[in-house]
Amino acid sequence: MPIRTVYKAQIEYLQILDEDGKLDEKLAKDTLTDEQVLFAYEFMLLCRAYDEIAFKLQRSGRMGTYPQNKGQEAAAIGSGMAAVKGRDFLVPCYRENAALFLHGLPMEKILLHWMGDERGNQIPEGVNMTPLSIPIGTQMLHATGIAWAYKMRKEDRCVITYFGDGATSEGDFHEAMNFATVFNVPCVFFCQNNQWAISVPRESQMASETVAQKGLAYGAHCIQVDGNDLFAVYKASKEAIDRARGGGGVTLIEAITYRLADHTTADDARRYRDEEEVASWRGKDPLIRLRKYLERKGMWNDAKQAAHDEKNKLQVAEIVKNAEGIERPSVDDIFDYTFGTELPAELQRQKATMRTTSLGQDPEQAGLHADRSRA
Amino acid sequence: MANLTLVQAINLALTQEMEADPRVVCLGEDVGKNGGVFRVTEGLQARFGADRVIDTPLAESGIMGTAIGLAMAGMRPIPEIQFEGFMGPAYDQLVNHAARYRTRTRGAITIPMVIRVPVGGGIHAPELHSDSPEAIYAHTPGLKVVMPSTPYDAKGLLIAAIRDPDPVLFFEPKRIYRAFREEVPEDEYTVPIGKAKVVSEGTDLTVISWGASITLCLEALDSLPEDISAELIDLRTIYPIDEDTIAQSVEKTGRCVIVHEAPKTCGMGAEIATIIQEKCFLHLEAPVQRVAGFDTVMPYYKLELDYLPDAKRIAEAIGQVMAY
Repeated sequence: MPIRTVYKAQIEYLQILDEDGKLDEKLAKDTLTDEQVLFAYEFMLLCRAYDEIAFKLQRSGRMGTYPQNKGQEAAAIGSGMAAVKGRDFLVPCYRENAALFLHGLPMEKILLHWMGDERGNQIPEGVNMTPLSIPIGTQMLHATGIAWAYKMRKEDRCVITYFGDGATSEGDFHEAMNFATVFNVPCVFFCQNNQWAISVPRESQMASETVAQKGLAYGAHCIQVDGNDLFAVYKASKEAIDRARGGGGVTLIEAITYRLADHTTADDARRYRDEEEVASWRGKDPLIRLRKYLERKGMWNDAKQAAHDEKNKLQVAEIVKNAEGIERPSVDDIFDYTFGTELPAELQRQKATMRTTSLGQDPEQAGLHADRSRA
Repeated sequence: MANLTLVQAINLALTQEMEADPRVVCLGEDVGKNGGVFRVTEGLQARFGADRVIDTPLAESGIMGTAIGLAMAGMRPIPEIQFEGFMGPAYDQLVNHAARYRTRTRGAITIPMVIRVPVGGGIHAPELHSDSPEAIYAHTPGLKVVMPSTPYDAKGLLIAAIRDPDPVLFFEPKRIYRAFREEVPEDEYTVPIGKAKVVSEGTDLTVISWGASITLCLEALDSLPEDISAELIDLRTIYPIDEDTIAQSVEKTGRCVIVHEAPKTCGMGAEIATIIQEKCFLHLEAPVQRVAGFDTVMPYYKLELDYLPDAKRIAEAIGQVMAY
């Protein structure tokens, strides 16, 4: 019996808009219209302004820990634009705000979340997403389950779930990929490979050359794209979503991007990564690239930029005002959402007596009304 | 009415709820074609198809996590974890996600699902097939925990759990899966979650237990001298606990023995004893006694009956409490 190859595979890398803002017209065909590109750029500017203000809110003590999205906007928006608002469903981690806003999440919700207010997770009716997921990688299984329900009910829609490079070390990533492909559910796995999982670089996180190839073992379609290239992200995501909806299989997209900021405001990335590396990625900022492209096409100029910066400043200030202006949540909320049924007696008592001792507020509980003759 | 074992009663409940509600799906390891390793889901796949009674890959976190997604999207999943000892990999998804979702989204996203888990010792099973971890999950806000001790209650509690809007952990005591039969109505009915049952009334002492230990308590009660009138309470729901039934009984009897398979320290017995001292302090005639598993690793099966409470230990504890 001769030795024979039983499996061979390769991973393709897609880039359409290069770092200088030059477009590969052939690959860009049937992707985004000029209007869509302009919209995307303007939306990225707004999200960047939001991100910078969120950072300042934390630094000035007006908000808790916040993970900046800076540098990853093209990945979030390109994939978000490929999904259809109101039809498809987003299952995020916490570094793709732009996709969530694009799909209708009121922008103050994310600030509320990081201001320590669960109402930031109270997704409005008709907005198709789960709230930010803080532990790493666990949400991919939920995405798989939601997509599975769509398949069971024969609904023509799909789920896109976001996670980072570090999350692909988690068991839940592998279990989710396996369930998703075994049951062929309409789910797209979108990895924002931003090179760093807090302080651990991708090379120390995994021995595999790419994240994308991890999906091969599960029989998923796998592709690596330039995550700072709006066109490439959109094209790969659109193809993946169309394929998923048609029952054509699961896709793992690895978007190569970079976390330009610290992991969160509680982190100091200077402790573990070189300024040179960060500087080189600053030049690949998706906003710079898209602006170059639009300017070359005569669709953008300094005046437009200034006008948008001013407009965004006002819009973000309004969002901050809404988030900070909301009344303090009722302390009853600590209890009232534990169950969908009547609160258990002990919880009712804790709620009624939370400011005192339970014995002091509830003589019945202390047995003070009991028949002392038995004692 | 039919004379059913606990396994058959659960199977009947699943069949009827799947028949009544197309959102209900069963998923887990070997639950489909094989009908589950204990045959609890026997015949369900043949009846409802492989899309509703699903053999999953062998991954407990995957089962729990995808079931959460199914529930989020409007299904009523019933994941099975094959043995309580395999809950470890699913713990994160159950405790950190299923149990918290209603609260963390202020009611926007909820997780109505029932997690079926065979539980407890006494069947000569291999390692990690015999534990009793109910207290861990009773200590988890947002979860309801149920453990029936009879076929009638199993059917009614399971139907109640499936119709409940929150995640319910449904522990099935494997030692009594086929230990005895009971008349179970053919019609659908519910046994309310959060309500204990007075199995037998008495005036001298209250015995509180649940799951497979109820059978042993009955055996112990049978062995007592004629002049001891013991009241036996089957908790049925571990959380939320029915403190009223406990308090009413102990106020009447003034004495209490609590019996469970799980390790004694921080077991449910500790919580029940606290409820009793909070609510019945002036009625107590003797310290509350616990008959429990030891604070050790559950032994392999040669020694499991030395570990588990038995009728003799229960009767001795009753004797001590009565003599106090």
